Amino acid sequence: MSWGRVNNVIKNVENTYLKIENLWKYFGKFLALEDISLEIGEGELVCFLGPSGCGKTTLLRAIAGLDLQSSGTILQDGNEVSNLPPSARDFGIVFQSYALFPNLSIEKNIAYGLENTGRSKGEISARVAELLALVGLPDQGKKYPAQLSGGQQQRIALARAIATNPGLLLLDEPLSALDAKVRVHLRHEIKELQRKLDVTTVMVTHDQEEALAMADRIVVMNHGVIEQVGTPTQIYREPSSLFVADFIGEMNQIPTRAGSKNQVRLGGGLMECAPHQFNEGDEIIAAIRPNDIIPHGDSAHSLGQDDVVETESNAIEVLVGEMEFLGSFWRCRLKHEILGDADLIADFSINAVRRLELSEGANMLIELPASRLMAFARPEQNT
Amino acid sequence: MSDATFPSTVSGKPIRRKLSRDDIIMRGSMIVIGLYLLITMIFPLYAMLSKSFSTYTFDLAGYEIQVSDETGTNFNEPVTFADLNNTLSVLTESDLSAGSDGRLSVTQFFPDFSFRSSVNYRIRNTSATGRFLVGSTLNDTTDWVELDSNTFRRVQLRPVEARGIDNFRTYFGTPALSNSIKNSVMIATISTIITVFLAFWFAYALNCSCMRFKGFFRLVAMAPILVPSLLPGIALVYLFGNQGMLKELLFGASIYGPIGIIIGSVFFTFPHAFLIISTALSISDARLYEASVVLRGSSWRTFWTVTIPGARYGLVSAAFVVFNLVITDFGLPKVIGGQFNVLAVDIYKQVIGQQNFEMGAVVSVILILPAIVAFAIDRLVQSKQVALLSARSVPYRPSPKAELDWALFGFSSLVATFIIGILGVCQFAALVKFWPYDLSFSLNNYQFERMDGGGWGSYLNSIKLGLLTAAIGTAVIFFGAYLVEKSNGFRTGRTVFQMFAMLPMAIPGMVLGLSYIFFFNNPSNPFYFIYGTMAILVVSTVTHFYTVSHLTATTALQQMDREFESVSASLKQPTLKLFRRVTVPVSMPAIMDISIYLFVNAMTTVSAVVFLYSPKTSLASIAVLNMDDAGDIAPAAAMGMMIFYTNTAARIVHLIASRGILQRTQAWRSR
Repeated sequence: MSWGRVNNVIKNVENTYLKIENLWKYFGKFLALEDISLEIGEGELVCFLGPSGCGKTTLLRAIAGLDLQSSGTILQDGNEVSNLPPSARDFGIVFQSYALFPNLSIEKNIAYGLENTGRSKGEISARVAELLALVGLPDQGKKYPAQLSGGQQQRIALARAIATNPGLLLLDEPLSALDAKVRVHLRHEIKELQRKLDVTTVMVTHDQEEALAMADRIVVMNHGVIEQVGTPTQIYREPSSLFVADFIGEMNQIPTRAGSKNQVRLGGGLMECAPHQFNEGDEIIAAIRPNDIIPHGDSAHSLGQDDVVETESNAIEVLVGEMEFLGSFWRCRLKHEILGDADLIADFSINAVRRLELSEGANMLIELPASRLMAFARPEQNT
Repeated sequence: MSDATFPSTVSGKPIRRKLSRDDIIMRGSMIVIGLYLLITMIFPLYAMLSKSFSTYTFDLAGYEIQVSDETGTNFNEPVTFADLNNTLSVLTESDLSAGSDGRLSVTQFFPDFSFRSSVNYRIRNTSATGRFLVGSTLNDTTDWVELDSNTFRRVQLRPVEARGIDNFRTYFGTPALSNSIKNSVMIATISTIITVFLAFWFAYALNCSCMRFKGFFRLVAMAPILVPSLLPGIALVYLFGNQGMLKELLFGASIYGPIGIIIGSVFFTFPHAFLIISTALSISDARLYEASVVLRGSSWRTFWTVTIPGARYGLVSAAFVVFNLVITDFGLPKVIGGQFNVLAVDIYKQVIGQQNFEMGAVVSVILILPAIVAFAIDRLVQSKQVALLSARSVPYRPSPKAELDWALFGFSSLVATFIIGILGVCQFAALVKFWPYDLSFSLNNYQFERMDGGGWGSYLNSIKLGLLTAAIGTAVIFFGAYLVEKSNGFRTGRTVFQMFAMLPMAIPGMVLGLSYIFFFNNPSNPFYFIYGTMAILVVSTVTHFYTVSHLTATTALQQMDREFESVSASLKQPTLKLFRRVTVPVSMPAIMDISIYLFVNAMTTVSAVVFLYSPKTSLASIAVLNMDDAGDIAPAAAMGMMIFYTNTAARIVHLIASRGILQRTQAWRSR
């Protein structure tokens, strides 16, 4: 991955709580984590996001001490925990499978970590009741895990994990086993709870929507390396590599060559684009998100006063191909000679489609706004 | 990855895990149980193996002797016994090989020896390894010892130990011994074919037909597991023996020999084959049957293209299990084998009959080979069966076919009659006064105190052994399986442990028992004190039946969430608390299964313990053997049936207890 590698270390985090330095992990000869360095601030919710096999769970398990890294250090709250067993570290963990003890009642599951800690029985049951209320299941304490729904079980697992007020909460794909609706609902609750408790949280997920919705910062991983670290908007708006751009949201990709510092060659001419560091003539991919493409009116139609072409060189006349109605917008496949056989995919609002009277086979003017048109290095073969 | 160049060295220094207290406890416990297996299995087997390669010969050249004249003071030049033998030819080469306890008298080298003469003798070892006895005093120095005639006749040479394959050469050079290999393989092969055939159709009737009374047939099929393997032998003696009721059915052939062994083997291996094949058939996929019907395949075609391929792993596995059981069984051929020698009985005869421990070890080594091969193939096949099981399939529900159902009912009835018949004959014989002349009922045969074999005491010993084996064995085996499955890291240790745990299944009971003699009956062994006690019987029985129990435990543990231990550690709770509060209660069904398995087997086993019991610790199953040996066949049958009833009762208690415990510990299962 010679393209788009970024500096993994984020320096300007306030009150670093968890600091990972030069972490490597081998499984036999397989390199699972390659020189990972990362800082996570106190009270932050950070998502590790990436396709399966990218090393995100491995990194989480290394932080927990469940699978030790091959080398590298981990500092938690200023103390080195690199080689400590899980029981000597300070964290609570929630797994995709919930891992509730099936033969213990909900109360006893939550109380499990409170036992043998010098708390009296009264204190423990008060704390359990408090936690049950916190996760919104105040009356379910006497039941067994199998009697609850998946979403309820996951809340109990969460209550159990935070019962002892750990400094760090680890969530390993906590929502992946749940139905779509429950998942959306629960992710808000988890986020809310996390804010209320102000507990530093690391969550692993392969669902980009989940990561965008919940995280303060996202760590995008691929093939054992960190591709990009940033806030959800940064990751979405300013992806540092084609992988990130493509993994989070959708991206039109047009193989072409670079122009000068803020130009790419498209068709016969040059188009303005976001600044890049390629040399003129370098092979690149020009990329733009479908919902960044701006439709424009013609002599017969107008989208109103704002319907002005900003950058003349970035406006092209295209043929509207297939149109797909996706509820809140139309997905249009646009054809133009600069694209060859490939289509340019654009998402237009229902309003725009109506006012421009777009239909399959029509011609229209679109603009690829200079600030949203990005240039990336071409991936090497077989990537 | 595209640029998949692994850096040759990981930057930074490698991390070593700091062990938590739990890690240390778990590794420590695993090492303890591993050592247990090492001491109760690996070391004894090694002792036996080395015994089989030990040869003993008298080294005549290793001694020098001087003889005086009548005055007793003037000695001639020293000569060796080898020189004397060369001139006199008293002993041939074969006379010089001996057992470990061999002794050679020396006066035979002096034709005119008289213990009253006044001739004196001097004798010495020429090397430091030489040894001879004067009376019971051992001389192992090279100093001259001067003796008068009367003492000299009490001089005996001791053999020199060496390593070599001479024992094996002798074994294969003696047809009376090596023929047993052929006999054993033949018996095992024929029994396997018959048993697997019967068990398949029986299992087919129960799983793939709509015949009636399936529950009853299933119960009957399992009955032979509850009795010692030699019990069918006793029943066959009553039916077809010299005074048997149905003797004429054999048309002059004798039941004492291969016929009897095969019929009895079919009886006692039937439930094992039935269970395996039944499992294979019960997981057959209904969708395949539907597909076959849709494609207009005939029933016959469906049977060969769907049923048989689906059950093939089960059939192969059952075949090897039966083969292994028959070839390693000792009780049955002992009772009904007559003059027909098989390997397992040869071990017994060599050791108990002739005290030839080296030859017993040789036969053991030979018996281990087919057992290990059968075991290895079975494990291979079993692993494929598991893969088949995990596929999502729809259970097959047979639809009624009157003709087929009745035919299978008839077949199953015949098999059930055979099983009940064998048990019934034993019970009947135990209750009549004097078969076949006085068939009136009495309880005389239950007065075990009057017979050879240990009386009721041996029965109580058996129950004690069963309970101890179940309690200790279940605890050790389940905990061991937990450690292997759930501890962190320590991969080498876990692999070694797993190998140790799988080995006992490949070791025939006779071999295990004999190897215990070699290892434990040795005063220099620190565990010598358990020899001849109940403890060694418990230890040998636990080890003998370790593997199946270990696999049951492992399977149950693998079904548990892998992350329980992680959660427990994150909550800073000791792993042993998790084991006590969660793992054990959740695994209760498996734990109960292991304990009843161990109890039943401890009650019926003969093979390992036959070498290890002492008069104080005689067992019911051994009593059956010994009473039968002494001709008290009716009491033997009575004791055999006592074992049957005890095991049946244990099963019922197990069932009730399981229900009770399940209701308490498994309340969470119900929604």
